[in-house]
Amino acid sequence: MKSKTIFLFICLSLLTVVLFFIDLIVGSVSLPFSDVWAALSGGEVSASTAKIVREIRLLKALVAIFTGAALSVSGLQMQTLFRNPLAGPYVLGISSGASLGVALFILGIPLLGLSNQQWFTSLGIAGAAWLGSAFILIFITSVSNRIKDIMVILILGMMFSSGVSALVQILQYLSHEDALKSYVIWTMGSLGDITASQFYLMLPIILCGLTFAVAATKSLNLLLLGEEYARTMGMNVRRSRQLILISTTLLAGTVTAFCGPIGFVGLAVPHVARMLFRTADHRILLPGSALLGALILLICDLISKSLTLPINTITALLGIPIVVWVVIRNKSI
Amino acid sequence: MQATTDMIRLKELTLGYGQRILLEKVSATFAAGQLTALLGRNGTGKSTLLRAVSGLETRTREKHRLSMEQKILLQGIPLAQIPQHQRAATIAVVTTERVRISNLSCKDIVALGRAPYTNWIGSMQKEDEAIVMQSLEQVGMASYANRSIDTLSDGESQRIMIARALAQTTPIILLDEPTSFLDIPNRYELCSLLARLAHQENKCILFSTHELDIATSLCDSIALIDTPNLYHLPAAAMQKSGHLDRLFTRKPIL
Repeated sequence: MKSKTIFLFICLSLLTVVLFFIDLIVGSVSLPFSDVWAALSGGEVSASTAKIVREIRLLKALVAIFTGAALSVSGLQMQTLFRNPLAGPYVLGISSGASLGVALFILGIPLLGLSNQQWFTSLGIAGAAWLGSAFILIFITSVSNRIKDIMVILILGMMFSSGVSALVQILQYLSHEDALKSYVIWTMGSLGDITASQFYLMLPIILCGLTFAVAATKSLNLLLLGEEYARTMGMNVRRSRQLILISTTLLAGTVTAFCGPIGFVGLAVPHVARMLFRTADHRILLPGSALLGALILLICDLISKSLTLPINTITALLGIPIVVWVVIRNKSI
Repeated sequence: MQATTDMIRLKELTLGYGQRILLEKVSATFAAGQLTALLGRNGTGKSTLLRAVSGLETRTREKHRLSMEQKILLQGIPLAQIPQHQRAATIAVVTTERVRISNLSCKDIVALGRAPYTNWIGSMQKEDEAIVMQSLEQVGMASYANRSIDTLSDGESQRIMIARALAQTTPIILLDEPTSFLDIPNRYELCSLLARLAHQENKCILFSTHELDIATSLCDSIALIDTPNLYHLPAAAMQKSGHLDRLFTRKPIL
């Protein structure tokens, strides 16, 4: 590895650590660093401060880190798999699947009179969203084996998204204001709605998805030249595709389930990583994107906290300029 | 002895595209150390034949493909019996696709050719690095090692893709219309390069082209598709046979 790359990794890691602590300090009540440190290391600190740091801010900062990493890595995988710089974690229709799950849960329950159905209400928003994304995973992976041309999968994913949005709109149109509002708030995304027990569920799934992504590194590098070249260099196209699709769905699907559809991070961060590291090698881009994603989502969380705006508006406002820049420069991946 | 010199052997191979039959029960052998040009009019199945030999013809149905791959022998073994990772060590392919990837250096592209031999994450050993540099030197692009592929001209990037095929260290290299984006001097240079590689490295190189002049002057043998037949003769014999004149002379437009 080049020394410049190592230097960049060290800088980004340090920056992430600094931002992590700033994220613990900043909030509706600003806490001095000494208190935060004391709360984390188990030192002398008031009970309320300890509670704020340990149970609210620490959890939220960790969620930001893992969400950022997960979305960026899945976006990188999709951009390489589809050889399309504008692909992102949601091109497969994962967010649509999750939205449908949530829309059915929030909007459908009152409409269909299922509110007294115990099994359905116990799912929770996250459960419904996760079921929705899992459905997409099964659909996409079962279809992907039969489809030779990867672009068909891209088109299927996009068409599926549009179809699902139409269904969601029907539900929205028929729904009552209160249900509609809670659905709209879900679509704005939130890093803070996760409980500790949900986080312990989310963490292993994301780590699993990241492991799959690492296992797909060599395939991703070969896929830079396209599936045909990759096949002639001994890559098992079917298995690699499946590995990448499962990894993406685990990462993006889980994040969407717990935090809502957080846009533009997965689309923009891989481009920033390519620009910074000046390489197309996934052995560098994959950890680079994960680190940058964590860092950028921490920044977004800081901004959203200080302005008290939903996270999705911040990621969009930060991400869109990058995407526009990519389109104008017409960069191929 | 036969098995070692006959790199590719087609045994009564029938190839089709959809309902159309392109080649019917054709037989031919392609030897090591020989540069062969594959000629034929547009749509006669040059690419389809190259794709079939390289195991890329996945568009055909499973059953058809298996029987087709029984009739293509590489170093005496039917393609159907060669697992994919071993195919990658036997045949390297250069497709018509133009590769433009920003931030990907020529060295890294050529290094991808080592994929069949590297570990799960693709770590390069000293030996792999040496092969990559040697491949770049063989195509005369050693000074471009750290340039990004998207800054190269068509001729240069085609050479890099050939270097990548060389780095795969296979006895067979197939190229689909490698000269199509190039100007005339570059076409000659590229084909002389292929001839040199075939002779010096004892590789079996087969490429499809529309350049009759180049094929007859620089190649050892010519394979000509005259639907549904395939004629494979040494270059001089092919010129005398009259097949070329018959197929490629412009008929008067009535």
